[in-house]
Amino acid sequence: MKQLISAFAATLTLAAPALAQTYAITNGQVVTNTDSGILESATVLVRDGDIVAVGAGIEVPAEATVIDAEGGWVTPGVFAPYSQLGLIEVALEDSTNDQAASESPFSVALDVTDGFNPNGTYIPTHRMEGVTRAAIYPGTGHNIFGGQGGLVSTSGEADSVFESGSFVFVDLSQSGASRAGGSRPAAWAYLAAALADARGYPGRFAGDHEGDALNRYDAAALLPVARGRVPLVVQINRAADIRRAIRFQEENAPVRLILVGATEAWMVADELAASGIPVIIDPLHDLPFNFDSLGASLQNAAHLDEAGVTVAYATLTADGYFNARLLPQNAGNAVANGVAWDAAFRAITLTPAEIFGVGDRYGALAPGYAGDVVVWDGDPLEVMSAPTAVLIDGEPTEMESRQTQLRDRYINITDDTPFAYRD
Amino acid sequence: MGIITMKLTASLPAAVALSAAFALAACGGGNTPSDSGSSSSGDDEIVRINLDPYPSTYEPQPSGTTLIRGGTVLDGIGGQIENGDVLIENGRIAAIGTGLEAPEGATVIDAAGRYVTPGVIDIHSHLGVYPSPGVHAHSDGNEATQPVTAEVWAEHSVWPQDPGFEHALAGGVTTLHVLPGSANLFGGRGVTLRNVSGRTVQDMKFPDAPYTLKMACGENPSRVYGSRGRSPATDMGNVAGYRDAWIRASDYRDSWEEYWEAAEAGEEVSPPTQDLELDTLMGVLEGEILVQMHCYRADQMAQIIDMSHEFGYQVTTFHHGVEAYKIPDLLAENDICAAVWADWGGFKMEAYDSIRENLAMTHANGACAMIHSDDDNGIQRLNQEVAKALADGRRAGLDISEAEAWAWLSSNPANALGIGDETGSLQEGYRADVVLWSGNPYSTYTRADQVWIDGALSYDRSDADMQPVRDFMLGQPGEGEQ
Repeated sequence: MKQLISAFAATLTLAAPALAQTYAITNGQVVTNTDSGILESATVLVRDGDIVAVGAGIEVPAEATVIDAEGGWVTPGVFAPYSQLGLIEVALEDSTNDQAASESPFSVALDVTDGFNPNGTYIPTHRMEGVTRAAIYPGTGHNIFGGQGGLVSTSGEADSVFESGSFVFVDLSQSGASRAGGSRPAAWAYLAAALADARGYPGRFAGDHEGDALNRYDAAALLPVARGRVPLVVQINRAADIRRAIRFQEENAPVRLILVGATEAWMVADELAASGIPVIIDPLHDLPFNFDSLGASLQNAAHLDEAGVTVAYATLTADGYFNARLLPQNAGNAVANGVAWDAAFRAITLTPAEIFGVGDRYGALAPGYAGDVVVWDGDPLEVMSAPTAVLIDGEPTEMESRQTQLRDRYINITDDTPFAYRD
Repeated sequence: MGIITMKLTASLPAAVALSAAFALAACGGGNTPSDSGSSSSGDDEIVRINLDPYPSTYEPQPSGTTLIRGGTVLDGIGGQIENGDVLIENGRIAAIGTGLEAPEGATVIDAAGRYVTPGVIDIHSHLGVYPSPGVHAHSDGNEATQPVTAEVWAEHSVWPQDPGFEHALAGGVTTLHVLPGSANLFGGRGVTLRNVSGRTVQDMKFPDAPYTLKMACGENPSRVYGSRGRSPATDMGNVAGYRDAWIRASDYRDSWEEYWEAAEAGEEVSPPTQDLELDTLMGVLEGEILVQMHCYRADQMAQIIDMSHEFGYQVTTFHHGVEAYKIPDLLAENDICAAVWADWGGFKMEAYDSIRENLAMTHANGACAMIHSDDDNGIQRLNQEVAKALADGRRAGLDISEAEAWAWLSSNPANALGIGDETGSLQEGYRADVVLWSGNPYSTYTRADQVWIDGALSYDRSDADMQPVRDFMLGQPGEGEQ
C-alpha cells in the first residue's frame, strides 16, 4: 500500500509540468518557423506546457506570468539532430561513457536511451544555450551498426526521453568499411545480409539458428527499419558512397534513409533531392579531413538548399556531448556562406524535428506545439548573443550550470573566503 | 616616406638585438658570449653548436603601396580608430591614423563599414604535422616512443602542402606556431611559420623567431606511457621525468661552458659530446628557447612553476590552461601567459572544469591571456572564438572592449612567441600583416575579405586567383573550395 502511494506521488510530480501555469512571453521579435515568418513585437502564450497563441495582438490573460523579452528575439528551442548528449560525462573515462560498446555481442538491439542521464552536467549547459531537444546517437561497436537512437529534451527531468527507438544508426563511411572487414563492398554486403536477417525475423531464427549477419535480438531491432517504420541514419561522406546509398534505398523499399556527415553531398545534390533523402551536415566541414571528404566545402549547405534537399545542421566538428550547444554558431556560418537566414535557422530547429517525424510538436512557435521557447538578447545566430530565458514544455528553466557555479566561485579572485567555502 | 624610414630604422635595433641574443643563447653558431660579433682566427678550433642548421628561406612577396582607408581599425594593442586609415609600404606599416594621404601609385581600398585588424596569430596549431587528409602516413606530430624527445623538431615533420594552411589564411591567420603533440613530457621543438605557400617548410619559417619547446603536463604522457607499463604512469612520474631531464641538461650546459672557457683560455681540452635532446633543454636554461607547455589544471600549473624556479628557467605560456581562471594571480606574478579555447572541455578529467569565461576572467584578473585553436577547423574562425569569450566575459560583468580583446588574437600570441616587436599589432614599422574584414569581426556573418602578409596581398575572397591552392588539392573535387 505504501509503495502504491509513493508511486502515485511520483506520477503526480512527473505530471506537474503538464499542469503548469500560463506564461506570456511579450515584446519579442518572434521567429515562428511557420508561414507567419518573423513577427515584430509579438507575444507567445504558453499554457499547460503547450503553445496556445502566437501573434502581435494577443491579449495577455490575467493569470499569466509575463516574461518580457525586452525587444530581444523569441524562437523555438534549438533541436540538435546529432549528439551524444547525456551519454558521456568525461569522454576518455570509459566508466562515464555510454556511447558505444565495442565488446557487447549486440549492436542494433542496443537502445541508447537506456544510457541517457538527464542529470549529466552538460544538460544544463546546452539548455542555457538554447538547445531544448536533441537526437542522441549510439556509436558503433563491433560491427557497422551502432544501435537505436532516441529523442530527448534538456529539461533534466525524469521524463526527458520523449522517444526511443527513433532510428537505427549505421556507419557506411570509410570507418564503417574498416569495421565491416576492410572495404566498402564488405560494409554493403553486411548491410544487405543484416536486412535479410531482419526481414526473416522471427522465422529464420527458429530453433538455434542465428542470422547470416545478426543475432535474433539485433534482427528483431532492425525489423522496423526493414519495414520502413523507423529510419536508418547512415554515416557517409563520399559522393560515390552517397550515390550507392540512394540506390540502396531505391532497391530496398520501404527502407528510409537519413544521411549524416555528407561532406560531398553537394556533388550529388540533384540526385539527393530526387531521392527525398534528408541530410544532416556540419556547415563548417570544409577540410579534406580524409579521402572520403576531398570535396568538402563551406558551400555544401547552400548548394544543397538550392537543389531542394532537406538539410539539418549538426556540430560534427565539435564534441557532440559537450558542444552541440554551438549549433547556432554553425548555422550563422552557413548564413555567412550563402544560406538564407530563415533556412539556416530552420536547419537547427524545425527541420531536425521534421526529419525525425516530430515536426508537428517541436521546432516551431504555433498553437499545438510544445512550449519550448527561447528568449535571446540578440540575433540567435550571432556568436555574441545568448539566451536570457529558456522554457521547456512550457516551464521556465534554471539558467545555471556547474560551469556558471565555477565561474561565480572564481570571478572575484581576491575574496578572502577560501574557495571551497564559496557558493 | 620619412616616417617609414625612421620607423624602419627604429625597428632595426630590435631585430639586431634579437639576433645577437640568439647567438648568445646558443653559446655558439660561431660565437660565444665573450666574442660575439667578432671573429678571431683561433676560434676556428673551438667546437661550437650550430644553432640554425635549417635556416629560414622565407622571402616576402613583393609589397605594393596600399592605403586601406576609412575602416574601423583595431590595432591589436587596445586601440580603436573610427574612420581609420592604414598605409602599407615596403612590407611594413608606414602609417596608421585618420585622413592619411595616398602616396602616388598607391592602391587605395575603401574600407568604409569594414574592419581592419592585425593578422590573426595562432600560438597552437598542428597544421603540417597532422595535415589533411588525416591518413596514417600523416600522423607526424607525436614521437611517442619515449617520454623525453626534446631532440625532435616539429619543422622536420611539417608538410607544407597541408590544405589546412590555406583555409586558415581565409580566416585571417598570418602567423602560426606549429607544435609537436602532447604525448611526451618533452615533445620537441615548435616552429613559428608565416602562413605563406612554400615548396619547403624553410620557405615558411618566420625569420629569427626564437625556437620553442613543447612540454606537456598531466594525463596525456601518463596515459601513453603508463599504458605501456613504463614511466611516467602518474602525475608524480611526470614531474620526476621532467626533473631528471633538467638535471641532465644543467650538467650538459655546465660541461659546455667549462669547455668553452678552457678552450678560449688556450687550454687543450676535448669538447663534450653533442646531444640533440640536451641542446634544446640547454637553450631553455639559457633563456633562448621559449617553453610552450600543455597544462590543464591549476594545481598542475603551480607545480610546473615551482619546477621552473628549481631549475632556473621561464615558462612562457601554458597552453589549453582550462583552469587558468583559478590562478590568474599566480600566472601574473610569474609572467606566464595562458593560451586557451573559448568553450572546449569535457574530453578528459583534467578538462572537466572548463568554463566559457576562462579567457575573459584570466585577462580581467591580471594575467596575459590569448585564444588558441589546437584544431584545423577552429583556426579558421578564431575571431568568432574571441567573440564568444568576450561576450561571455561581459555577461559575467567584466568590462572589456572589442579593441582590447583583439590582443588575444594578435599581440599577446606574438609576444608569447618572441615576435611581438615584429608583428601582432598595427604600429608604424611593424610587418604589414593585415586583415580587412567584411564587417565587425566579432559577428558570425563576417568573413575576411583580404589578407596581407608583409604587405603583399595574399588572400582575396572575391578573386579566385588570389586564393592559394596547395598541390594536394589539384584535381580533387574540393579544389578551390573554401
